[in-house]
Amino acid sequence: MENTIALEARSIYKSFNDPVKIDVLKDVSFRVDRGEYASIIGRSGSGKSTLLYILSTMDTDFTGELLIDGIGVRDKTEKELAAIRNEKIGFVFQFHYLLNEFTALKNVMLPGFKLNKVSEEELEHNAYEYLKDLGIETLAKKMAYQLSGGEKQRVAIARAMINDPLIIMCDEPTGNLDSKNADIVFNIFKGLTETYNKTLLVVTHDLDFAKKTGRIIELHDGKVVSD
Amino acid sequence: MRLKHLSDIALALMLARWKQTLVAAIGVTFSIALFVTLLGFMEGLNKLLDGIVLNRTPHIRLYNDIQPSKLQPIDISKEFKNYHNFISSVKPGKKRREIYNAQPIINKLERDDRILGLAPKITDQVFYNLGNIDLNGVISGLEVEQEAKLFAFSDYIIEGKYQDLQTISNSIIIGQGVAEVINAKLGDVVTVTAAGGEQFPLKVIGFFESGITEIDKVQSFASLSTTRKLLGVSNNYISDIQIKLKDLNIAPTLAIEYEDLFSLDAEDIQTANAQFETGSGVRSIISYAVGITLLIVSGFGIYNILNMLIYEKMDTIAILKATGFAGSDVKKIFISISLSIGVAGAIGGIFFGLLMSLGIDAIPFSAPSLPTVDTYPIDYGIQYYSIAVLFAMLTTYLAGWLPAKKASRVDPVIIIRGK
Repeated sequence: MENTIALEARSIYKSFNDPVKIDVLKDVSFRVDRGEYASIIGRSGSGKSTLLYILSTMDTDFTGELLIDGIGVRDKTEKELAAIRNEKIGFVFQFHYLLNEFTALKNVMLPGFKLNKVSEEELEHNAYEYLKDLGIETLAKKMAYQLSGGEKQRVAIARAMINDPLIIMCDEPTGNLDSKNADIVFNIFKGLTETYNKTLLVVTHDLDFAKKTGRIIELHDGKVVSD
Repeated sequence: MRLKHLSDIALALMLARWKQTLVAAIGVTFSIALFVTLLGFMEGLNKLLDGIVLNRTPHIRLYNDIQPSKLQPIDISKEFKNYHNFISSVKPGKKRREIYNAQPIINKLERDDRILGLAPKITDQVFYNLGNIDLNGVISGLEVEQEAKLFAFSDYIIEGKYQDLQTISNSIIIGQGVAEVINAKLGDVVTVTAAGGEQFPLKVIGFFESGITEIDKVQSFASLSTTRKLLGVSNNYISDIQIKLKDLNIAPTLAIEYEDLFSLDAEDIQTANAQFETGSGVRSIISYAVGITLLIVSGFGIYNILNMLIYEKMDTIAILKATGFAGSDVKKIFISISLSIGVAGAIGGIFFGLLMSLGIDAIPFSAPSLPTVDTYPIDYGIQYYSIAVLFAMLTTYLAGWLPAKKASRVDPVIIIRGK
C-alpha cells in the first residue's frame, strides 16, 4: 500500500516571521501516488513555491509531517536530506540553473557523481541517452552558457532524470519559455509519465498547462481549496 | 562522492576565475620564496658568526684553575664551626697548571661514547721578543691533527701548512696581528720567551687569522712537544683537555660530572659563550616572525579571493545543494580550491626561494675577519623549506576554511527564490 505513495504531506503549516508573522501555508495535506502527473496552481503569493521548497526538503522550517517514499524527513540531518534529494527527487527550475563552467553533458551527470552508484562511463552513457530522448544529444559537448533557454530547460530535465528519481518536481518550468518551447517541455513531461512512469509534481500559474496534467491541486492563501 | 568529481568541480570553479586564482597563488609563491630565502640567509649568517667562536671552542674544557681552595682549614676546623670567618683576600697556594695523571684521564675519556673526540692542549703566557721590546702573547701547544679535525684549526691558517708544526721541529704559527707587529715573514725565526724565563728561537711556518683581532694580536700555536721544550716542562705536561661532544646540549651536565670525577675544573661551551647563543636565537625568532607574517598575509589574499568566488558562484552552490550535494561536499570543494592554490604556490615558492638563495649565495662577500668566506652565506637546510610548506598549507587551509564554511551554509531556497 505504502509503496504506491510517492509523497505525502500531512497538515503542513509554514509562517514567515519577518517583519510580522504571516501564515504562508495552513494545514496543507495531500498525497501524490507513483506515476501521477500533478500540478499545483495558485496565484502569486498563494504559497505554492514555498510548498514546493518544503516538499523538496530544502526548506526544513515548517510544522507538520512530510513523507517521501514512506520515510519521514522531520529528524533527518542536512546530510541525510541532501542524500534524499539526490536519490529520490529531481528538480527543474524556472531559471534553468545549469553550471556555466560545465558542458551540457557534465551538467546532466553532476547529480550522478554525488550518488556514485554507477561507473563514470555508464553515467556518461545514461546522460547521453537522456539527452537523446529529449532530442538535444547534439548539444552534449556544448558549454551550458551557449545553449538557448529551451535547450537549457531540456538539459535541466535530463539532469533531473539522471538518478532515476522517485519524483520530479518542477517550479514554473515553462514560466520563462515561449509557448512553442513550453509545449515541447509539456510534451516531454507527458512522455516521462507515460514511457518512464515517472511521478511529476509541477508548480505553475499557467492554467492552460495545468489543465493538461492529470490532477490539479489549487492553493489559495496557503490552503488547498480544490484537488 | 568521489574525490575526482569534487576536484573536477573545484577545478572548473577555479578556471572560471583563473586570474584571481593565479594572483592568490603568486601571493603564496612570493611569501614562501621570501620565507626560505630570508631564513636561509639569516641562518647562514648565524652559523657563520657563531662558527667563528663556537667551532673553535671545545664543548668542555678541563683545566686546573688557579684559585684558593674553596674549603679553607678554618672552615674544616670543628673548634671554630660556629664562628664567623672574616679572613678576606685569601691567596692560592703553590699550585701547578698541569693536569695530573693526564694520560689515564685521556684514556678514560676516550672510552666515553658521548664524546666525539678530544685534544690535549698546553696554554701559557709568553713574550715575543722584538729587539728590546717584549710583546705579551699566549702560546698554545696543540696536538695538530686532532685540533684540525675537531676544531677546524686549518680554516684559520691563511699562510703555510698546519701539518708542518708536527714535522718541522721548533716551528710556530703566529697570529696575523702578531706577525704585523714583529714584522715576521714565512721562514723567519722569532724569539719567544716563556714566562719561566727561557728564550727560544722558533721558525715561523704559517700565519693564522681567527677573525677576532684581539686574539690574532696575541695568539700563536706550536706543537705539544715544542711548547713543552719552550716552557721547560716534562714531556707529559698538559694544561687543558679539550672535549668535543656528539651532542652539544649535554655539555653543562657533563661538565659537572667530569669536575667531580677528575677533581678538575670544567667549563662548558654554553657558559663560555652564552651571548652567542642568545644572539642567534633572537635573530632566528625575528626572521621566523617576518616570514610567518608574509605567509599569513598571503593567506588573507586567498581568503578574499575565495570569498569573492563564493559570492559570484552562489547560484552554482545553490544548484549543487538542490541536486543533492550536502553542505560538507560544498565545503570540500572550496577547501580543495584553497589547498590547490596553496600547493601550487608552495611548489613555485620553493623553486623561486631556491633560485633567490642561489643568487644571494653567488654575491661576493669578503670580510678580513672571515677568511673562509667569499660569498654571502646561505643555509640550505631542508627544515626551512618544510616549515614554509607546512605553514603555507596551514594558512591556506584556514583561509579556505572560513569561506568554505560560509558556502556550505548557503541556503538554496533563498538563492532560488531571489531570482
